[in-house]
Amino acid sequence: MAEKYMENARVISQEQIADGIYSIWLEAEQIAGSAAPGQFVSVYSRDKSRMLPRPISICEADRDQGRIRLVYRVAGAGTAEFSRCDAGDVLELLGPLGNGFPLERCPAGKKAMLIGGGIGIPPLVQLAAGLEGDVLTVVGYRDEQFLTEELSRRGSFFFATESGRAGTKGNVLDCIRENGLKADVIYACGPAPMLRALKAYAAENKIECWVSMEERMACGIGACLACVCRSKEIDGHSQVHNKRICKDGPVFRAEEIEI
Amino acid sequence: MSDMKVQIAGVELKNPVMTASGTFGSGMEYGELIDLSRLGAVVTKGVANVPWPGNPTPRIAETPSGMMNAIGLQNPGIETFCARDLPFLAQFDTKVIVNVCGRTTEDYCEVVERLGDEPADLLEINISCPNVRCGGISFGQDPSSVEAITREIKRHAKQPVIMKLSPNVTDITEIARAAEAGGADAVSLINTLTGMKIDVKRRTFALANRTGGVSGPAIHPIAVRMVWQTAQAVKIPIIGMGGIASAEDALEFILAGATAVSVGTANFRNPKTTLEVIDGIEKYLKEQGTKSVRELIGAVR
Repeated sequence: MAEKYMENARVISQEQIADGIYSIWLEAEQIAGSAAPGQFVSVYSRDKSRMLPRPISICEADRDQGRIRLVYRVAGAGTAEFSRCDAGDVLELLGPLGNGFPLERCPAGKKAMLIGGGIGIPPLVQLAAGLEGDVLTVVGYRDEQFLTEELSRRGSFFFATESGRAGTKGNVLDCIRENGLKADVIYACGPAPMLRALKAYAAENKIECWVSMEERMACGIGACLACVCRSKEIDGHSQVHNKRICKDGPVFRAEEIEI
Repeated sequence: MSDMKVQIAGVELKNPVMTASGTFGSGMEYGELIDLSRLGAVVTKGVANVPWPGNPTPRIAETPSGMMNAIGLQNPGIETFCARDLPFLAQFDTKVIVNVCGRTTEDYCEVVERLGDEPADLLEINISCPNVRCGGISFGQDPSSVEAITREIKRHAKQPVIMKLSPNVTDITEIARAAEAGGADAVSLINTLTGMKIDVKRRTFALANRTGGVSGPAIHPIAVRMVWQTAQAVKIPIIGMGGIASAEDALEFILAGATAVSVGTANFRNPKTTLEVIDGIEKYLKEQGTKSVRELIGAVR
């Protein structure tokens, strides 16, 4: 089992990259050294009265420099506090957590479609860098675009906006259809309705599909059983068809779980 | 060296700090982050006679200085637990307290009996879970039913029995006396307080179960008060819990009458909380020139 580290991570820099979306680089040598694409970290509030860590996916891990990048949306008081951190501030982290995307499903000679929606987009950056096969990226924004430069580093990049401000008007599936995009395997991260639609799309088109799930978490390491999802197979922990998103996931084969 | 040892029903703990049931699994996950052998005891998540799937999600929400949960006692059932979790815990130099849940008296007795020859030092009986429709709290709110189920469980149990009490009652001392009358070797309190959170954006309940159990620092003073009241009412040892996040929080329980304490929600905030509480109590004993932690038990009357 991969090692988990508790690190006091110094903030290197932080910037707002879109409305309510922040990008923070943190010095976290051990986590950076072992993080795989699709894993996440628990970020603890500096306010001790906030009892639950915030699970945030890793956008980039720079092993050589010993730093990680998190891109997150301000959704409440905890993430609002993180967004006010400046260079030099310290945040407690636990990670890397979860299983991550199965990179071996897209070896050289195969083509992967990386699909992200909203705040599910950031982990695709590290995923694209880690895959040996060809990469094609499709993302959906509400309105404002972010991480476009990072997502264009490998293969072709397509996007949709709900508002129609740029790219395809609509969602990621509209974008896939409009551009006639095809691949051997899908890796997706985003809101549940998007993942549900992709699961159906992949089944119809007989494409292997992996999805990264989200749920409210407490411990983040598989002890408290807060963040479960219904699974087709009997789960190893409780033997009741409830996989733990934080530990057995967050990435699952789409047909394996109820979305 | 300060003497940190305490005894509960003849079982000696190396220190009075244990984990609170449901927050720590069977220690496998937290065991990757801390040395379980440092703990006075590991209290496992509740186990029933058969696997339970628990409640729909969302199962948790953060609340001011705390959280609310309605996991619904998801557990693998006693057979998997005995084959996997108990052998895991047996590797560590710590006491093992198995928390037992059930829907009927027979369910509880079946689990308790199955544990008779297993490496469990103490049994903690959950008659106080607010998040399941049958069993749990329904046994724990009426003194006569508490006495009856305690007596029945004691008839089947080889190990000493701790009854875990609910704070969702008018007078917890009545319930504690009933457990004592039924033959309980100890009581642990408090379980979570029933609460509700509304998601105003979605205009619905924050938890799928609608209500959940509130835990964390927010409930600490309520728990200390209940432990103190119970300490005046019964002679059996008390395990105190509710919102412990520091050694000071734990010491309040001990001074109020608890022989041992459990750390729950704070494990989520800081996986090392139990160890920090142990170190902090030791430091306090040294600073105060107190030889043994046992001198503190119930010192505030």
